Amino acid sequence: MKRLYSILKYICIIALVISLISLLAVVAYVLINGVDKLSFDLLFGDYTDSPSIFPAFIGTLQLVGIASIIAVPIGIASAIFLVEYTGNKGRFVKIVQVATETLAGIPSIVYGLFGYLIFVVAFGWGYSILGGGITLAIMILPTIVRSTQESLLSVQNGLREGSYALGASKVRTIFKIVLPSCAGGIVTSIILAIGRVVSESAVLILTIGMVVNKVPESLMSPGASLALDIYYFASHGYPAEASATAVVLLVFVIFLNLLASFVGKMIKKSTYGDTK
Amino acid sequence: MNEFIGNMDIIAKNCNLFYGDFQALKNINIEIPEKQVTAFIGPSGCGKSTFLKIFNRMNDLVEGCRIEGDFRIGGVDIYDKETDVNLLRKNVGMVFQKPNPFPMSIYDNIAFAPRTFGITKKSELDEIVEQSLRRASIWDEVKDRLRKNALGMSGGQQQRLCIARSLAASPKVLLMDEPTSALDPISTGKIEELMEELKKDITIVIVTHNMQQATRIADKTAFFLLGELVEYGNTDDIFTSPRDERTERYITGRFG
Repeated sequence: MKRLYSILKYICIIALVISLISLLAVVAYVLINGVDKLSFDLLFGDYTDSPSIFPAFIGTLQLVGIASIIAVPIGIASAIFLVEYTGNKGRFVKIVQVATETLAGIPSIVYGLFGYLIFVVAFGWGYSILGGGITLAIMILPTIVRSTQESLLSVQNGLREGSYALGASKVRTIFKIVLPSCAGGIVTSIILAIGRVVSESAVLILTIGMVVNKVPESLMSPGASLALDIYYFASHGYPAEASATAVVLLVFVIFLNLLASFVGKMIKKSTYGDTK
Repeated sequence: MNEFIGNMDIIAKNCNLFYGDFQALKNINIEIPEKQVTAFIGPSGCGKSTFLKIFNRMNDLVEGCRIEGDFRIGGVDIYDKETDVNLLRKNVGMVFQKPNPFPMSIYDNIAFAPRTFGITKKSELDEIVEQSLRRASIWDEVKDRLRKNALGMSGGQQQRLCIARSLAASPKVLLMDEPTSALDPISTGKIEELMEELKKDITIVIVTHNMQQATRIADKTAFFLLGELVEYGNTDDIFTSPRDERTERYITGRFG
């Protein structure tokens, strides 16, 4: 018996080592191949003689902006309705629950196809940043609804009752008591959703085209994102530039993750902290 | 709009309450006099908390809860369609079993109710906050840390803060649902002293599991069993010469 336990322990250790090594290998590979290509021209150049990721950087920011402006308010409002107005029970909530879970699990290329058929073809917009941004918004919406629901459910009912018992209306209770109590969790999940937007590529190939050399003139223009640049560079004979872009994207995503935990902690501190 | 003015007696007639098919309260009639402490006692699940929550309509929040009967506080029919439930709850405050301070500063906790009813002037709020904390006899303990988070206080302080928070709405009635059951004896003593003081202006109804507490603080006591009001009268009479055999068995500790 004792022997079995120690074998199990070693299997776990080996598994951990394998996962750590593969993660490190990816990061190391990207860094070794990419860092020395990180030049001013690549980062901020205007894409004349040498490739630049500046247009894609602008494109990425626009996509993040569009997707979050649409998905954040709709997602939070939907979750508020489900938790605060239907009590998160009943047939309707169950259906929505199954729908959001299913939608969250759909491969992103399917969203891309949907965006392509709707915005590019049916609306006749052609490839556009706006169409891509809206498609991304639809893609992250279920995640935001689900995680906001969880945050709202984590607020103790005693706080709601306390608020009602003081004569506060439902709306006041939601906005002054419930949302501030779980703002940390909601903000964290939004930032993580933005991380998904930043690293998405399949959706964008089908919706914003792949114009890597021009800053989009308007939201109706085609464009690129950092993730798309990697694909473009790698498949057009610029593997080193692809790696350099990957470094930028990696840093960006790490930054978003750190920001998420930092903001989450800050908000938590401002509601719960300073308790001395 | 119905105002809560004048005599704040609480009157319930022919009260029946159902959760779905289950009848939790059976034909209860009671008249609770103003500016006294009335205690509801009885074993767990006898319906005393449920009955208490009728008077600030907290049962409205419970799905499948159906209430029959006539309920008046200060002459106002509190289940009338014209009655503003938020105004009712402003006038009929409630303190819960588990202290539930909001995760914000002590000051903001107290100012929550006045702000709800449109008071925004800082000087006015300052005064209400100090007054309320003084009435809940916790002012001296917290006056130097009004901006600190209320969750940093001890359980007993949190409960007195919650009382102060209710008082800030200037209620005429205060409903207390086992307010000391989660507290130590010293905090319990402080809250009992406080009730003695508050009943000069406020009608207090308290649900308690602790019969000694009822004898210490209550002018009147009502004994509930299985959704029925078995006996109601002056606390002294209930505990020294109960008329009903079930009451006697309960207070002498032979069941419940």
